[in-house]
Amino acid sequence: MEESDINLVCPVPISEYDCVVIAHGGGGRMSEQLISKMFFSQFGNEYLNKAHDGAIIPFPGKKLAFTTDSYVVSPVFFPGGNIGELAVNGTVNDLVCCGARPLYISLAFIIEEGFLMNDLWKIVLSISGAAKKAHVRIVTGDTKVVEKGKGDKIYINTSGVGEIFPGLMISPDRCRPGDIIILNGTIADHGISILSKRQNLSFESGIISDTASLSEMMGEVFENCKGIHVLRDPTRGGLASSLNEIATSSGVGITIYEDAIPMNEDVKGACELMGFDPLYVANEGKILIFAPEKEAGRIIDIMKRHREGKDSVIIGKVTDEDNGIVKLKTLVGSTRIVDMISGEQLPRIC
Amino acid sequence: MKYIDDYRDKDLVEIIAARIEKITTRPWTIMEICGGQTHSIMKYGLQEFLPEKVSLVHGPGCPVCVTPLELIDKAIYLSSFPDVIMTSFGDMLRVPGSESDLLRSRARGSDVRIVYSPLDVLKIAKENPGKKVVFFAIGFETTAPSVALAVKQAGKTGIDNFSILCSHVLVPPAIRSIMSLPGVRIQGFLAAGHVCAIMGYHEYHEIAEKYRIPVVVTGFEPVDILTGINKTIEQLESGNSHVDNAYGRVVTEKGNIPAQNMLMEVFEPVDRQWRGIGVIKGGGLKLRDEYASFDAERLFPLGNIKAEEPEGCIAGEILQGLKKPDQCSSFGSVCTPDKPLGAPMVSSEGACSAYYRYSGSQKKEYGRV
Repeated sequence: MEESDINLVCPVPISEYDCVVIAHGGGGRMSEQLISKMFFSQFGNEYLNKAHDGAIIPFPGKKLAFTTDSYVVSPVFFPGGNIGELAVNGTVNDLVCCGARPLYISLAFIIEEGFLMNDLWKIVLSISGAAKKAHVRIVTGDTKVVEKGKGDKIYINTSGVGEIFPGLMISPDRCRPGDIIILNGTIADHGISILSKRQNLSFESGIISDTASLSEMMGEVFENCKGIHVLRDPTRGGLASSLNEIATSSGVGITIYEDAIPMNEDVKGACELMGFDPLYVANEGKILIFAPEKEAGRIIDIMKRHREGKDSVIIGKVTDEDNGIVKLKTLVGSTRIVDMISGEQLPRIC
Repeated sequence: MKYIDDYRDKDLVEIIAARIEKITTRPWTIMEICGGQTHSIMKYGLQEFLPEKVSLVHGPGCPVCVTPLELIDKAIYLSSFPDVIMTSFGDMLRVPGSESDLLRSRARGSDVRIVYSPLDVLKIAKENPGKKVVFFAIGFETTAPSVALAVKQAGKTGIDNFSILCSHVLVPPAIRSIMSLPGVRIQGFLAAGHVCAIMGYHEYHEIAEKYRIPVVVTGFEPVDILTGINKTIEQLESGNSHVDNAYGRVVTEKGNIPAQNMLMEVFEPVDRQWRGIGVIKGGGLKLRDEYASFDAERLFPLGNIKAEEPEGCIAGEILQGLKKPDQCSSFGSVCTPDKPLGAPMVSSEGACSAYYRYSGSQKKEYGRV
């Protein structure tokens, strides 16, 4: 056998594309295929295969949550925040979605040559503020500088470790028919704030990112409500992608109600203008909670006491019909499917 | 947004639906022209509110879908020139050409940029004097005036590194083409509200009269669309065929005259190839001779690029209302948004994408789950 033949034994598992395109990072079906076919097929193990926001790993005497995420947002500064606090809050919230109290995070910078020291300082201060607010400590880090043109201003990677609250069992495959779905406020704020900044669109009262740590609010929820089945922060790919992932993981049907999903009027208007479906637009301070109906009142009461949860509502329920499918009761009373998006949303033409 | 919410009102939808139910005595087939209307119909499951006797078929009003394969190949080829910045509306980037698409071109290093307005392209041209900046000018009478404005401004301000790859198309010739098809079963048209906002609806009187068919100018919200359908069926049931306006809050008979003037100053009608349909007489726009220096097809060596449609895609029949997406054997199996065979599976205004997105690949029944 020729040496070149050996390659045929293990062909590239993605045949539709011969190079990575932007849509592979869009949080939709193409991202999912890249992760499952290319990464999970080689790296898979019982913890990774859960495809959760973080991994829950055994540790002598304790259960830990461990997660990592990279932040490449452009623009680096956007209405309502910057890449620094996003990098802390994102990783903190992934730990929260495991039912954990976030404890320690790592912080790694990849900085493009020429990035202004003044801007770096602003980012550092906001990282420090976000970490204090979330009660996490930055315990290790790394800094690399790349040549001008080899990066886009600044990228940040954070990894985080947290301790699972006793008595909690959170996993994406645990939601059950009859569970209700709680959301802690308006959707699509982050994605639209970034897009409007990129496009130089200004809206009357301003649209700001919802980036926030959910650690304090959810900590109180975890202390008092042990029956939660699934948690998910609907970031890239938006609410629709998160719900589809959970419906598939748990093998259940999901129905959501369009008139129950909170939205900021300006964000709604911007979505209309740019042709975006808010269900697929990214959030950075939102959480979806799947829990038995009897727990709903208590969970919402606690959440409403916190700034990040003041608009918490039930947006839908888990059913045993059409497993793996997410349905939407529309404003006008009809029902339709909410599919996973293929790549990323592109602005419409007219 | 309060303003739009009124047109998504559940009670109003039910009232109009009841009225349609009451007046409909026979089967009727109505075509909505615009892909935006098709998406609204699917997104809000509006077929659920119509009697079974009323059948909606989807028209050719998806600009991305009707852009010829050959022009997409030309755009991809142009983007490969190291001194070219290719600009386009976002929707166009994933539409498959013969072998690739603009998104893959970008991933391989071409400078392909998404713009929201042709005027943004002028800004890019000014900022990059050493580059040739080409705009992929697609779309109906809705987008053409802003392209005309950009061309005119480029002429006035002496921006000589800007050009357009022109694929503009016009709605009324397409309606005539559809009505000339053998065995056409369309009995009424919902005219595209956005196109009429620019062009008015005076052009449609001749069509309504010649083909004895009601044409109702219709908007995009659930209440708008059901009102348009109601007005069409009212005419059909009483044997009338004239032009009616169900989108009076936006559209007037004469339309936006300054925009029309701008359009006709820069462009002139031309016979144009529509993807999947063929050449439509007077179905497109080309730059007038005095603006020829902005025509990318004249500036770059693109003459040798020819393309043939892929087998297994019935986009042409879909776009002319002859078949529905779920009647295609490739739909949801070999053709999905991840691996589209044709443009209607890609575009946010394509009928196949609307079916796939809002009804799922296995759900054959229109708009229901």
